[in-house]
Amino acid sequence: MILVIAEQRDGTLNRATLESIAAAQSASEPVKVAVLGSGVDAVAQELARAAIDEVIAVDDPSLQAYTADGFVLALEQLVRAEPPQRVFLPHTYQTRDFAPALAARLTWPLVTDCTALKDGGYVRPMFQGKLQADIAVDRPHLATFQIGAFRADAMKAGSAGIRKASIAIDASKIRQKPEAPFKEAKQAVDLSQAERIVAVGRGIKGQEHIELARKLAEAMGAELAASRPICDAGWLPMDRQIGSSGQTVAPKLYVALGISGAIQHLVGMKGSRTIVAINKDPEAPIFEVADYGIVGDLFEIVPALIAALK
Amino acid sequence: MKIAVCIKQVVTREWQLRVNDQKTWIRDQDASFELNEPDAYALEEALRLKEKHGGEVIVCCAGPARATQVIREALARGADRALHVESDALGTADAGTIAAALAEAIRAEQVDLVLTGLQSDDQGFGQVGVVLAETLGIPHATIIMEVQVEASGLRVKRELEGGWFQWVRLPLPALVTIQSGINQLRYATLKGIMAAKKKEIKKVAAPAVASGGQRVTSLYFPEKAKQTQVLAGPPAEAAKALVTRLREEARAL
Repeated sequence: MILVIAEQRDGTLNRATLESIAAAQSASEPVKVAVLGSGVDAVAQELARAAIDEVIAVDDPSLQAYTADGFVLALEQLVRAEPPQRVFLPHTYQTRDFAPALAARLTWPLVTDCTALKDGGYVRPMFQGKLQADIAVDRPHLATFQIGAFRADAMKAGSAGIRKASIAIDASKIRQKPEAPFKEAKQAVDLSQAERIVAVGRGIKGQEHIELARKLAEAMGAELAASRPICDAGWLPMDRQIGSSGQTVAPKLYVALGISGAIQHLVGMKGSRTIVAINKDPEAPIFEVADYGIVGDLFEIVPALIAALK
Repeated sequence: MKIAVCIKQVVTREWQLRVNDQKTWIRDQDASFELNEPDAYALEEALRLKEKHGGEVIVCCAGPARATQVIREALARGADRALHVESDALGTADAGTIAAALAEAIRAEQVDLVLTGLQSDDQGFGQVGVVLAETLGIPHATIIMEVQVEASGLRVKRELEGGWFQWVRLPLPALVTIQSGINQLRYATLKGIMAAKKKEIKKVAAPAVASGGQRVTSLYFPEKAKQTQVLAGPPAEAAKALVTRLREEARAL
């Protein structure tokens, strides 16, 4: 049996959960889905519309706000009681916070960031997505699935029963005290609306070269964006970051300058209609999703492009 | 405040990866190595906390003998001393095995705070920090963008998805995994490099730990999802060809 752990916040289901259910359904094993929180009836009913064996609702006031300790306490009991052969989770920020602790508590292996099921095991990226690995696991385990690896609309619909799990959580054992989530000052740039985007990565080498990318963006009528390391270095503001921790975009044209294409970046831009990659490394993962590629030095190619556009 | 920072040595990003004959790891005999960048941010945060609140920064590394290179670099940036759990097997071990090795070394030190990077550039499990916290029996918080020290413990700012953040309080001792970009990295000064030569690197024997239960059966370059049209030729020619295709074929300009 595969147990999928759903993710919800304030009664709203994270759609990445549906992707994990689709992954579990594709494995031809019985599937149960557990949802944790306080007042999760509506989410449980939403999940019950999938072709699965059962929805298990874990409802407890101490799970109202997410904490790693609360989730590990609850899920350790649930997993030991069921017990599944495999536990599937979406690879979200929340999962990354508690799943390794849950795995350690159960002494089960955890395979993170999976992109596919293969021969009873998993496929996951390694070395910044430049290589892929087939992973074998020979005992009960947990696996997290990268966002977009399975399609939410591939999830088979059905009708499942809902069961409430009786789980005792000692709230005094929850050591993290969370405050309410908040957003920083409103994002100045909404890149999701841009028709064209020129994005820069590590290959740009220095802050002084950002101007070159800006000139190309101007010549193309595009917005300027970046991968995480560029914003980390403070060369462009954080609100111009594309990727799993930044904005998700789907423009008509996406030009990636000196971006190698780590999975965290790809999830933010692979929905773009036409993707151009300019990179000196012919093995860079960005070429896996690019429609057009130029292998070479961006400091020679970008000025030539600006000239060709005029 | 006594702070342990866990660091890892990884192959440099520029190094052209090649897979070994068994297809289970890269051929790294002739590779160049560097400090895992997310860990560099954890080290920087530890140094800043020490500058503000006093105490000591201890660098902890589980890896083969060659990892001494990144340990020295961390000492040159300002860490006080180091623990090195030395074993060739730890260079490619899974997260559970590495966490167990680090736990053994750190437990004896009775630290107030453990910092790690979010994940490694090579395996990228993103698990070592959290598993280490669980093994040490201390609370944790991940993907942290700011650390405040309070009388009762820590107040840390977690990054959530889609531009959301959240402050979380946790008692000490605790473990926090640091998000890249939390601060600006410093580099070693000549004075720091000279001072590092005199700093202690304590070797710790690697514990006998059973495999974490997962193994790589095949490592390979990914198949391309799309047929990329690669435009060759001198820059001016390739650029012209690209603009023509974007205008006429893709109608994207």
